[in-house]
Amino acid sequence: MSTIAPPPLALQAEITHRCPMRCVYCSNPLALEPRSRELDTAEWCRVLDQAATLGCLQVHFSGGEPTARSDLAQLVAHASAAGLYTNLITSGVMLDEATLATLATAGLEHAQISFQDVEVTTGDRIGGLKGAHARKLGVARMVVEAGLALTVNAVVHRHNADRVAEMIELAVALRASRIEVAHVQYYGWGLKNRASLMPTRAQLEHASAVVEAARERLRGRLVIDYVIPDYWARLPKACMGGWGQRFILIDPAGRALPCHAATTIPGMIFDNVRDRPLDEIWARGAAFERFRGTAWMPEPCTSCERQEIDWGGCRCQALALTGDAAATDPVCWKSPQHRAVRALAQAEAMAPGDRFVYRGAPQKAPV
Amino acid sequence: MNAGSGIGPSGAARPRLAPHVRLSFDARRARWVVIAPERLLLPDETAVEVLRRCNGDASLDDITADLARAFDADRDEIARDVGALLRDLGDKGIIVA
Repeated sequence: MSTIAPPPLALQAEITHRCPMRCVYCSNPLALEPRSRELDTAEWCRVLDQAATLGCLQVHFSGGEPTARSDLAQLVAHASAAGLYTNLITSGVMLDEATLATLATAGLEHAQISFQDVEVTTGDRIGGLKGAHARKLGVARMVVEAGLALTVNAVVHRHNADRVAEMIELAVALRASRIEVAHVQYYGWGLKNRASLMPTRAQLEHASAVVEAARERLRGRLVIDYVIPDYWARLPKACMGGWGQRFILIDPAGRALPCHAATTIPGMIFDNVRDRPLDEIWARGAAFERFRGTAWMPEPCTSCERQEIDWGGCRCQALALTGDAAATDPVCWKSPQHRAVRALAQAEAMAPGDRFVYRGAPQKAPV
Repeated sequence: MNAGSGIGPSGAARPRLAPHVRLSFDARRARWVVIAPERLLLPDETAVEVLRRCNGDASLDDITADLARAFDADRDEIARDVGALLRDLGDKGIIVA
């Protein structure tokens, strides 16, 4: 029944859900963990030690906005001393030179800064924070000056998909070593705004062509990772590299999750690192066993030659689109629901909607 | 393989790991791993031999000669393989020259 799991490669440490941004595509859950329930410094240090012992090689400090925690440098130093390679996944808006210097000294290797656009107006509107775009530009330069590796995470949607070339130019100008051109994935809060974000098929094709050309042109200078929007795909992504295969995610309150959005799946039991050691959770936790391997798969996955390539796609997406987390990801052309998903993408991409719903605010755009 | 790589064909180039890229031995898995920003590569034995020599001091020619000696192999063949491997790793941002 249960498959022996190889040790995880990376720990995603979601150290807080607090965040000054209100990105309309935010993939975090609708209900966020309050500060009062967050793991404290000592608890996180214990988790980091356990992750290193278990076999994790990297830690990604994320959130929410991880720099909202005042003990971030302490956690970075602890992770580093435990032998973990440390990444910071941040909006950048709370960072300054002094904090970056402290983080670099603590052993931080790399920061990924998200950008909502190359244009300040749309950028600030999508991010729900006035002044954010300008701050991000400044902080990205500070990251490189502090001697850290920089990744620009360019989040792509209908309102900026025609500016992917400029996003790549921005990454070059900022001296980033890498850019992730990532079309929005619709989870958590982002699902609410899907109809206002969905790109058209023509936009996707244009963006993909721009990325291909830039990859060739910038070969050896800038690494370009590209994430296409699932709803327009014919093959599902191997979500998390396979459920319970490579990644372990700890949420701010200490719950161990196989993926970022797993809490949306009804009937799941999540162990908490406050109650159980990480190695046991990884090897035998109910949530990790639920969709690990191939035994849980329905047709058409069961007879598919790609079952250990895409691992059935994304469980949370299957749930969101079919109502059943154990269904084949309907992004797959073999899924009986595939045509309905494609029709949905078409309808929403053509919808005029660009009224965003923001966290913690009534329906109106702040800027 | 493709033109325009960050690493040219020059035997005088002195390849090294890019900043914030680590080649380290993972005791838990008993194998070498390359760790880079949000990425991980599992190099095969040949790649490990090459990567361990990319220290920024040795030139591509030095590395080729050293490998040809160590593995008693044809120098030109080694040069071709090492060149292709380093171009690929250069494209991935793992190696700089």
